[in-house]
Amino acid sequence: MAQAEITGDTMRTADGVPLKLALERALFRSRLRAVMLVLPLFAFLLVTFVLPIFDMLFRSVEDQIVADILPRTVVAIEAWDETSGDLPGEPVFEAIVKDMAEGRKNKTLGRVARRLNYEVSGAASLFRKSGRKAPKITQGPYREKLLKIDKRWKNLDLWNLIKREKGDFTASFFLAAADMQYQPDGSIGMRPENRQIYVHLFGRTLWLSGLITVLCLLLAYPVSYLLATLPLRSGNLLMILVLLPFWTSLLVRTTSWIALLQTQGVINSFLVGIGLIDDGDRLQLIHNQFGTIVAMTHILLPFMILPLYSVMKTIPPSYMRAARSLGATPFTAFVKVYMPNTVAGVGAGGILVFILAIGYYITPALVGGRTGTLISNFIASFISGSTQNWGLAAALGVMLLAIVLALYFLYDKIVGIDNMKLG
Amino acid sequence: MTGQAVTDPYVRFASVQKSYDGEILVVKDLNLDIERGEFLTMLGPSGSGKTTCLMMLAGFEPATHGEIYLDQVPINNVAPHKRDIGMVFQNYALFPHMTVAENLRFPLQVRNMDKNEQESRVKRALDMVELGAFGGRRPAQLSGGQQQRVAVARALVFDPKLVLMDEPLGALDKQLREQMQYEIKHIHENLGVTVVYVTHDQSEALTMSNRIAVFNDGVIQQLAPPDALYEAPENAFVAQFIGENNTLTGKVSAVNGSTCTAETESGAITALAVNIGGVGSPTTMSLRPERVTVNPPEGQCPNLFDAHVKELIYLGDHVRTRMSVCGNDDFIVKIPNAAGHVHLSPGDDVKVGWQAEDCRALDMPA
Repeated sequence: MAQAEITGDTMRTADGVPLKLALERALFRSRLRAVMLVLPLFAFLLVTFVLPIFDMLFRSVEDQIVADILPRTVVAIEAWDETSGDLPGEPVFEAIVKDMAEGRKNKTLGRVARRLNYEVSGAASLFRKSGRKAPKITQGPYREKLLKIDKRWKNLDLWNLIKREKGDFTASFFLAAADMQYQPDGSIGMRPENRQIYVHLFGRTLWLSGLITVLCLLLAYPVSYLLATLPLRSGNLLMILVLLPFWTSLLVRTTSWIALLQTQGVINSFLVGIGLIDDGDRLQLIHNQFGTIVAMTHILLPFMILPLYSVMKTIPPSYMRAARSLGATPFTAFVKVYMPNTVAGVGAGGILVFILAIGYYITPALVGGRTGTLISNFIASFISGSTQNWGLAAALGVMLLAIVLALYFLYDKIVGIDNMKLG
Repeated sequence: MTGQAVTDPYVRFASVQKSYDGEILVVKDLNLDIERGEFLTMLGPSGSGKTTCLMMLAGFEPATHGEIYLDQVPINNVAPHKRDIGMVFQNYALFPHMTVAENLRFPLQVRNMDKNEQESRVKRALDMVELGAFGGRRPAQLSGGQQQRVAVARALVFDPKLVLMDEPLGALDKQLREQMQYEIKHIHENLGVTVVYVTHDQSEALTMSNRIAVFNDGVIQQLAPPDALYEAPENAFVAQFIGENNTLTGKVSAVNGSTCTAETESGAITALAVNIGGVGSPTTMSLRPERVTVNPPEGQCPNLFDAHVKELIYLGDHVRTRMSVCGNDDFIVKIPNAAGHVHLSPGDDVKVGWQAEDCRALDMPA
């Protein structure tokens, strides 16, 4: 008997093997093959994408520099009462002198100096200066000798910082990314107004990304409609015109905007040429927010057109005809019948453009100037160069990621991610 | 060739022509009157111009020449949404983002109808198509037949002057299609609304229509009630297109009043002179397979010929028999499975005969 039979309450095959198990065995080979097919890509992504990201995210909270390079100091400073208002005692100064001497020998002193300098300015030069002389201090009184080298050792903030950061993990990068800091009494508060940067920058990034998304939508909607409704041949020609910039290097497109928009550029020269503006007051069209908006809208436009087009292509012309025959004016038919059916494309294009815009780097870096740069430009600036601070870069990156995920979640709640259609 | 004359036409095509490219006429000089309350079907093969006529009537295609009247009013320059014509589309064109009830409410909303009136009409329309419990569903959650009914209800809910249906049953399977044919027919009978229906399926046309306009090559070949169309086709195209027909070709040798004699290679056939030229002109004679008698009694049939049985197909209620008669190897005879019917086998030589009035001498298609 080849059919399954029921024994007790489990289905069994003719041989008495539980049906579920038999099915499992039968499917195992095909599953194995599927796994083998994706395995190389999975391994590649794991090594080149997932692990680096987690490593980067980890750096936003990890901070072992102080404990590693100043091991004696962090033990000695335990005994110091930071609320007393007094400087740490002689043992702490002895420890730091020995740590600095060893750090200088191992060439690691610069790292801790830079780390402490993030939060106490002047710490870097203090450590460099003192580090040079520290090996010569072989006996006490250490405190007196060190204060003689530099008065800045009296700064209680510095000692507070060392005591706070003696652990393996820190919140100070995240605090910095949110324009916050530890107050002298150890509580958390906002930075002084004139040193707040990032919250404002996040706001600007979100606002500009939103504006660019809306501009892209307004420009892309009619074009996509035309593309979807034109006869095949002319539609294809228009499609190539849409895709042509897509295939051109990003850098080329951005620099051509510079050529167009700069004060000695095409547009300004044209306006001067026809006498609309004076040669003296050429318009500042680039290296500001305006330049970022124009160039990014242009560059991200295809990402809006393509999902819109692919959705509009699937809307049968009979919908509009049906609406007309039922008595709707062309306008009503468009708004009530056509547009609701493009929501999936609007959602997909919108979220695509917005997420691309929020992390955009090259274009704002080239045309943004001071007012048109985005958060990603700051993140990049902390990755290398004189302001290198991987912890802060990682914290800003985590916050950006969190914002994107939050918006994605919000979108899912409001529109539903299942409604999204990318093509 | 206009069938019976219509005294008070409700829809009127007056010398309508249509060309898409300025070179080929898709519709050539169409004159058609449709009566109030009539169910008229435009039947024809694809590319015959029937759907174009419907689109011109609905207002989605402009007529290149001529005028279309609806209730005595010329409507060439009336926008589709002002024509008050309900339409059922081939793939229903139900709005997927609206529920069934919202779909039905749409034409009432755009007419700014009173809210209570809207509700009662939607309910009545849903009850009419027996979908009263489905108002809250989305079209995608309905079966093909249910979607079809919603489409019909939506085209009727605003009491249009006219309802157009463009191959509405094309996407359904055979059984459902037949059931829907009756339902649409009954709705038409109950409401008395004027319907113009387009299809390429002749059985659909025969089942539902008051009159059928057979289209070919942009011209109405014949306009007649279903029975007349089947029994009295006026030209070779209609005879071929509607139902099954045996065709025999010959040359007219004599015309005697309503009958004529045509010479074929196997002898003279006496036929009803319907649509022939003078003596000497070629003719296509058409003969229904069920009007042929096998081995008729002596002297009963004016036409009696030798036949060679080639193939038998058993179809239950009748046996389809393919024979070679008068040089036609595809001569079909339907032998009813009645008591005492002749039993044939392939290779038999028999006599077949038919009456002169069952054999219609028609034109010779180009």
